[in-house]
Formats: sequence, C-alpha cells, structure tokens
Amino acid sequence: MIHMKKDVLIIGGGISGVQAALDLADKGYEVVLVDKNPSIGGNMVKLDKTFPTNDCSICISAPKMVEASRNENITLLTYSKVKKVLGSSGGFEVKIWKRTKYVDPDVCTGCGDCEQSCPVEVPSEFDEDISNRKAIYVEYPQAVPLTYTIDYANCVGCGACERVCDAGAINFLEISQEIPIEVGSIIVATGFEMMQPDEWREEYGYGKYDNVLTAMEYERLLSASGPTDGKVLKPSDGKPPESVAWIQCVGSRCKQKGMPYCSRVCCMYATKQASISKGERPELDTSIYYMDLRAYGKEFQQYFDKAKTKEVNYYRGRPSRIYQLHDGKLAVEYEDTEKGEVKTDIVDMAVLSSAIVPSTGNAKIAEILGIELDEYGFFESKDMLTAPLDSTREGIYLAGCAQSPKDIPDSVSQASGAAARALMPLLKRERKGRSKKKPQRDVSEEEPRIGVFVCHCGKNIANYLDIEAVKEAVKDIPEVVYVDNSLFACSEDAQVIIKKAIDEHKLNRLVVSACSPRTHAPLFQDTMEEVGLNKYLFEMANIRNQCSWVHSDDPEKATEKAKLLTRMAVAKAKRLSALTEEEIEVGGHTIVIGGGPAGMQTALTLSRTGKKVTLVEKEGKLGGKLRRLNTIFPRDIDAREFADRMTHEVADEKNIRVILSAEIESVDGYIGNYKAKINGEDIEADTIVLATGFKEIEAKGWHGYGDDSRVMTQLEFDEALANNSLDKPENVVFINCVGALEEERPWCCRVGCGNSLKNAKEVKKRYPKANVFILYKDMRVFGKKEEEYYMDVEGEDGVVFLRYSTGQEPEVVKGKKKLELKVHDNLLDEDIEIEADYIVLAMQLEGDESAGKLKKMLKISSDPAGFYMEAHAKLRPLEFPSEGVYLAGGAHYPKNISDTLAQAEGAASKALIPMMRGYTKSEGMISVVDDEKCSGCKMCISVCPYGAIDHDPEEGIAVITDVLCKGCGSCASVCPVGAISQKGFEDDTLTAMIRAALLEDEVI
Amino acid sequence: MADFEPKIIVFLCNWCSYGGGDLAGVNREQYPSNVLGIKVMCSSRVSPEHIMESFVDGADGVLVTGCHPGDCHYIDGNYKTIRKIDMFTKILEDFGIDPKRIRLEWISSAEGNKYARVMTEMTEEIRELGPLNLKDEVE
Ligand code: FES
Repeated sequence: MIHMKKDVLIIGGGISGVQAALDLADKGYEVVLVDKNPSIGGNMVKLDKTFPTNDCSICISAPKMVEASRNENITLLTYSKVKKVLGSSGGFEVKIWKRTKYVDPDVCTGCGDCEQSCPVEVPSEFDEDISNRKAIYVEYPQAVPLTYTIDYANCVGCGACERVCDAGAINFLEISQEIPIEVGSIIVATGFEMMQPDEWREEYGYGKYDNVLTAMEYERLLSASGPTDGKVLKPSDGKPPESVAWIQCVGSRCKQKGMPYCSRVCCMYATKQASISKGERPELDTSIYYMDLRAYGKEFQQYFDKAKTKEVNYYRGRPSRIYQLHDGKLAVEYEDTEKGEVKTDIVDMAVLSSAIVPSTGNAKIAEILGIELDEYGFFESKDMLTAPLDSTREGIYLAGCAQSPKDIPDSVSQASGAAARALMPLLKRERKGRSKKKPQRDVSEEEPRIGVFVCHCGKNIANYLDIEAVKEAVKDIPEVVYVDNSLFACSEDAQVIIKKAIDEHKLNRLVVSACSPRTHAPLFQDTMEEVGLNKYLFEMANIRNQCSWVHSDDPEKATEKAKLLTRMAVAKAKRLSALTEEEIEVGGHTIVIGGGPAGMQTALTLSRTGKKVTLVEKEGKLGGKLRRLNTIFPRDIDAREFADRMTHEVADEKNIRVILSAEIESVDGYIGNYKAKINGEDIEADTIVLATGFKEIEAKGWHGYGDDSRVMTQLEFDEALANNSLDKPENVVFINCVGALEEERPWCCRVGCGNSLKNAKEVKKRYPKANVFILYKDMRVFGKKEEEYYMDVEGEDGVVFLRYSTGQEPEVVKGKKKLELKVHDNLLDEDIEIEADYIVLAMQLEGDESAGKLKKMLKISSDPAGFYMEAHAKLRPLEFPSEGVYLAGGAHYPKNISDTLAQAEGAASKALIPMMRGYTKSEGMISVVDDEKCSGCKMCISVCPYGAIDHDPEEGIAVITDVLCKGCGSCASVCPVGAISQKGFEDDTLTAMIRAALLEDEVI
Repeated sequence: MADFEPKIIVFLCNWCSYGGGDLAGVNREQYPSNVLGIKVMCSSRVSPEHIMESFVDGADGVLVTGCHPGDCHYIDGNYKTIRKIDMFTKILEDFGIDPKRIRLEWISSAEGNKYARVMTEMTEEIRELGPLNLKDEVE
C-alpha cells in the first residue's frame, strides 16, 4: 500500500485550495490536494465571467490549475475524501479514501473516444443538470486532470469504452483504496454550495416553472462553453427571452426564510449577468430586484454604475412571489420601496440569486478533524476578527468560502494567508530543494538535427488525415534526420522510443506533430531533459485540435493543412536555440512600509519564519488607524488595546527592526536587490511589502465641517468616544457615504457603514436616552456577523435609519443651540428635520498620499482613488506585475480588520516564496537587446508593462533586467531598428514559419 | 471565383486565442482549413513586418487574435496590439490593400465557438474579395 509523508493536506481543490497549494509548494513544502470531484477547479471554473473586470473565468483559472497539476510538490488526489484524522499539529495521520475511476490516469490520454461510445446519458452536474454527460466523462473540457472517470452508479457495464480505448486505459478491476498520509498541518478549503431555492423560497416557483432559474444555471447558459454555447435561451421553448428579472437575497438576509447573513457576492454577480446579457442583446429588458445594492469592493460601484448606463433596471424591493401566467410569462410581485408602490412586472425569465450556503460535507469534515462549525455550518475561526484563518484547533487552517461567503480576490488572499499559517508548524522541517536536472548537452555548435514524431492520437488524428503523407512532407527537409509515427506520442512507451531516437540519431531538436502544446508540451520537454536536451529545443504542431478534429469532413484538406503545420513547426525548430532561465539570489530581508495592522501582521509572520524585517512607519507610533478607532466592528473590541497587543508582539520579535517617524527618500532596484534610503540611512532588502493604508478625504466643505466642531469625521468621533470627550447628546446623526458614490469619487469606501453602525451602538450604550439617526445610501455590511449586527442595531429603540440619495445631500445649518439638519428620506418620500448635537461624517476614503511617491520609485501604478493596482484584480490581489513587491491591507483597498489580517498573512506568504527558495528565476523566452543596433529611442521602455527595460545613459542604449522580463515580446514588435528580439520568437523565426506556410516549394 | 482557396495566416496568442482554438477542436466545431496558425506568447508580439511578410509571401488575409481587452496575460499587451494593427491597416489601405484582409479579433480560451465562427467568416470574406496576388506583383 502507498504510504505518503507530506507536509500539508489541503481539503478542497477549488480556487482557494489550489492557491494555498501553490503558495506552499512554491516554498518547497509537499502538499496533498484532495478533492471529492473527478477534477479540481471547484465553483470558479463554472462561471462564465468574473466581476468587475469581466475576465473569462476558465481562462484565468485554468493556468493556475495546470500549474498545480504540474508542480512536483503537489499531489492531486481527486475523487477522494478524508476519512480519518489522528494526531495533532505538526504530526497528523490522515486516511484518504480514493475512489476508483476505473480508468488508469497514467494511460488515459484524454482523447474522448470512450465518451463518444458510451450509451448512457445522465444530467451533467457541472452544467447544473441543464445538459447531459455520459457515464464515462470529464467534468469539463479544460478539466485537470484531463483523464476520464467512469461513474459507477450510472455505468451499465456494456464495455463499449473498453473496446474503443486504443490506449487500454480502462480497467474495471481497479479498486478504491485507502491511502494513509502523514502531514504537519491541514487547510480546509471546502468552498460553498448554493441554496436550492425550492427549499426555502417556494413562492418564487423554482422547480415549478421552467423559466425560473438559479443564478448558477444562468451562469452556465452565459458560458461560451456551456450547454447553449453562451446563448441565453428559455428552458421552456428554447427561444431567447425578451425580459429577464433577477431576484436578490433568495435565502439570504432573512432568518425566517433561509440564512440571516449576506452572501456577499450576489449583487455583483447579478449585475454582471444582467450587463453581459444586455451587452450581447441590447434589446433585452433586464431588471434587478434588490434590498441594498452592495457594491462594496474595489471597482464594484463603478461596475454597477456602468450597468445602469447600459439600462439595466434596478428596483429596490424584495419580491413577495412569482407566478406563471397562462401565456407562460412570469409575474413578479414586489413593493418598490422607493416609490412605496406594490407592483407586478411581467417577464420571460426569472433568475434567483440564491444564497451561498456551507458545503453539505462540512459537518462530517468538522467531525473528522475535530474542529467547530459556526451556527450556519461554515467553519468557525479561532477568532473571527483577529485570527480569521485559524480553525478552532491548532494546526488546522481555513481558506475561502469554507469560512464564510466571499468573492474570488478575498478567497485567494485568504488562501495565501492560510498557507502562511500552515507553514508555522512546519518550520523545523526540511523543505524540498531544487530538483537536480540532468546536465545538458551543449548543442550550440551542432548543425540542427531534427526528429519529427507524428501522432495518431488513437483514431483522433489518424482517422481523419493521412499520417504517412504528413511524414512524407517533412522527411526530405535537410535538417530532418528522423521521422516516425506513434499511436499515442504521449504514452510512456513512446517516451522510451523518443529518447532512443534522440540518442541513436543524435537529434538536437524535437518536433511532435500531435495535439496542443498547452496541455502536452511539458510532457515531451520532460522527456528531452531526461536525456540532456534543453527543453526549449522543442516545437509542436497541433494537427489534432487545429486540424483533424475541426476538418473531419474533408480528409484531403485536413492532410494538406497538417503537412503545412508540421512544416512550419520544423521551420521553427531549425531556428531554436537552447535557453536558460536565469537565476538570481534572493536573501531574507523585507522592508514593510506602513506600521498599521496590515504592516504589523506581515512583519510578524515574516519574522516568525526567521526572516528579517524592517518595519517602517511614518508616525511616531505603530498601530495606524487602530490608534484612532474606539472599537472594532463587528466585535466591539477595544481598538487601542488591540493595537497595543500587536505593537508588543512586534517588539518581542528580534527579527523586526522598527523605524518610526520614517521618511522614505528613495527606493530602487528589483527583487533580491532593493536599495532604500530611509531617514538618511541606506538599507538593502530582498522584497518589499506595501501596507500604507488609506485616509479620509478632506472633509472641509462637507455638511458644515470645519465651521462647527460638532460636525466630525468618523475617525474624529471614534477618537472622541475613546477619549470620552463627548457632551451628553440628545441626538446624534451619522451621515454615510460623504463624498462617495458620486461622480468625482464614485467608489464605495467599504468600511463606512459598519463603522457608523458600531458607533451608533456605542452611543446608545453610553447614552441610552439619546436618539441616533443613520443617514445612508445603501447599507453595505457584508462580512461575517455584520448583517446580524446591523439587524441588532436596527432593532434598538431610538435608532432611526433614513435613506438618502446622491444629489440630495443632507443640509446642515447652525441653529441657536443645536445643529439643524434637513434630509429627504427617499423611502418615506419626505423631508425630515433633525436637531443634532453631533453630526458624524463617514468620509470617503482614498489611498495614502505616499502612494504618489512610492509608485514612481517602484515602477507600479495606482488607481484614481490612490489605491495601488494589483497584478490582477481577481487572482493576484497581493502582487504586482513584477515580482518582489507585494501589497496588503488598505493600500489595496479599505477593508475590515479580519480581511486586512488575512491579506497581510497572504502578502507575507507571497514574499516568502522567493525568500524561502533563496532564488527566483527569469523566464526563458525573454527579450534581448542588440547593443550595436540599439539607437536608444526608448520606445521599448514605454511599452514594457513590467518596467523591465531601463535606459543606460552612459551607453545611450536600452538594458533589460532579465528577471523582470516576462516574455510578452511587445518590445520586440515596436523596436524601429530591430534591435530587440524575443528569444524563441525572433523575427527570423516568425518569418520562417510564415514562409513555410505559404511558399511550399521554398527551402525552409 | 468558386474554386479560389484563400490562404490565411492567423496569429494566436498563447493564453487565450490558442486555447479557444483548442476548445473548438474539443467541441469538434468545423471550419474551413484555409487558416494556418502561428503561436506567439502575446498578440502584442505581432508587428507590421510579419503581416507584410505574410502578404508578400502569398497570404490573402491575416488574422491577429488575442485575449479580450483587460484579459491579456501581460496586462495590457492587447491594447498595444489594437493601436499597432489599426495604424498598419490604414497604411496598407493607402497602398490599395483592402482593410478587410487584416482582422483583429479577441477570442478567449472559453470561446471555441467564436474561434470557429471567426475562422469561417474570415475565410468567406476573403474568398469573396478574391486573391491578393501581392506575391506575383512583388516578383
Ligand atoms: S496574452 Fe493574449 S493578448 Fe496578450
């Protein structure tokens, strides 16, 4: 029996699990990633696009999954479950139950012949049962691993798949097995499920009417690779709808009819679905019925504003029911709370934004792991606010929606954070170093000797085109010294043949004419490396996906094209040269800029792994915004005490050096080589973390601020509460969204609503007789326990909520004794006058002013609000385009303490990757400058997205820093004198391919 | 011109459009075999030179494909592609080359159907325009 010794077990292979696995594996820890489904990917891969960037979901997640499957430190156990866990932190003994797939994954080539032959059709879970799959199946075309699974429950045992499988991968005798594994820590990333709306909200007619769908079903309809090829069609008649309604908060924000919490993503995904649908068919009528529009994240509000300009209609009101009319249309009954009218809208299709609920398996996993669940069934954190990533048991950590609903960037930040937590019990372990590569043969002096292998892919290629003709077409090219064909070029035995051919025929270039290099190039490249050939001496022609599969009706033309594609690959191969991935050393010192909670947490995590940290704070004291707050939402813990606790922890770490009242004069360099001047002192560092936080915008001019000291900003009011300096008030008014959600500053400050709520509660606690008024636009509380907090405050006597709109700002005048405030309540449609003792302004927030200077020094950018622009809004929220600088906390966007701390751990995890490895590697196919030709025009500098090119003033030419170049080649295409070329894609090479394609008689 | 078979060079960015082509294959979407793909890492690698070379060597059309705006694996490479291709199309127009012979398309790796559609459309359109014959002219 296999017995594995690994470092970390990760349960759940969704985007959070995958991210955590990569973060650990890249540091040299060995990870087992367990998923109950046949492939990894979780919920994210089902989505069509992701808000607010409309990134194609599978496009951005697939590379991560492939990376995980190819990482030698990650073992994927799919179709598997955790059965038992014994032991404790640092030494868990785990038993995994691995179900048989009846298909040998090492032999299966993923060609799909079996699927075509299988007579059994069952609803596809991946497509939310909208389409069918076979009993032998892969969940989706880009699945990782791309090997088939026989679903035993539905298999009729006819053996058709076994008969057609040329590779011989089907094995009905393969049995399920228990795999014992020893690990030091565990990460739980079991994700979420979506509530089935017939359970709690039967009044919406889901399951009863064909055209009432869940949002996930709608997502599959939108997906270009979904059951309707991306066309939205009514299930009832297959025709496109003329109108679609989205019903928000189905099963969330309602204790009686589901879950009291906010699902956190529904407002945005409904907005996304509506605006994408509208974008595709402008005549479509789209309406969203909502309670509060919670567009709280970075760029969310702008995304929502844009949807409105696309004429997506928003109605504020929760529908009471949906019923079908005799003509099949749906009637949505609701109260428009803005107009105070009860209305019925008629639509063709209704989409229910159903609540995110805990995975059904959570209870079982909690029991096996000995950890606790919260009242809803999500995993409980050790402390929701200050230790969100720790479970209730040491050595077990939480990532993503397993802990509570969240969007993708928050999930991956948390996943990286959980990875940082999970390595703490492992610090004494030895990590896997660089795997030793076989020494490479130097081929630079040799003439090209190319070997070409043409693959049949079983019948997938050979049935549709003439393999012999393809071989014939290239065999006379002088540099081609060996041509062969293979039933499955990717099989184990084919690798043996390839290696032998390389050896016997002294091949120094390899061309495989088969399927896609995206899936298969690494396999052949490994084979080459095993016999000492540089992996860049390889080229593939895709005569399956680009030829036999898509021209299957015309074998003659398919053959012609396959010949040309192979010829083009040979033309390229001839010009390939061995490339190296440059390594540079990275030591263990980080400069963390910003001494608030994000910076302190990052520093603590880094220091606890033994790395040196210089923590730089511009104020005279550590603590950042915590020093100005009274309590922390939604737990009401004392903010200053918390700041003191963290400050002491920092002081106790001997690896952290704190520089207070710091001024950063300059920062320069790149990963492993940063040089900074701080308070006149030169400091060298290997990585940098930006945790510079946020600030309130200038309040002067808003609602009488500056003229009367009783008008305060939120932070000033917090300070007054903390210092107990308020005069006993009768009326206190909180105004939310001051300077926010308007044209000049459209973004949402994300934390203002919560802050007003907790201060309102505090006022009521201290002065029970006082009246509190909260003037808001939308109540945006979305985090764990926040909606519940809001409900409590709303239920208190003497707390009044008034809703106002942008453009109808409350007016404040100085009365005789008190401040007089007038506001138009748009729910009551009435002007209301309040005499206030204090008016508290929840000011719009923006990035710290230091961003202006730092971004220039570090060659990164910030958005109009002054928040740094991360490398990718969804999947790389903690990084910048170039490696070495990382991001945490409010510098990315304002966020509450638990999100801040999770992100800080995540940023530390990112910085630790190169520092624990001790090196970083450049890409192979980077650009190079020909010094002789370069005229120093700087065109290349302006197009490089990574700041990898500098101008050398002495020589007057461009210089590329190899480690920063990511190999896009845009510089090479703009150089007017042809001085820059991209390795592997030189002008010469591309031209040769073009000529090989078009000039059939020409020597290539 | 019924028997005219156009030759079309298509540049595919590694991260999106090449994947779209792969998916078209997986889904067995049928399209004309007139297109020959050349992979680049990013659409921004394609320069006017390569387009010109294609035409001179006998291509009747050139298609440049990349990730949708915002999706480029290299942040904003495809925006640079737009500028470059737009500019170059105009120059070619001055030389009497029909701008329809150069096309820029965004195809994500989830859009197998779009991939097949674009390849079909492009082929049909060029078939309609007839051969470019720049190769003969140059000779
Ligand atoms: S990577 Fe696809 S266009 Fe840049």
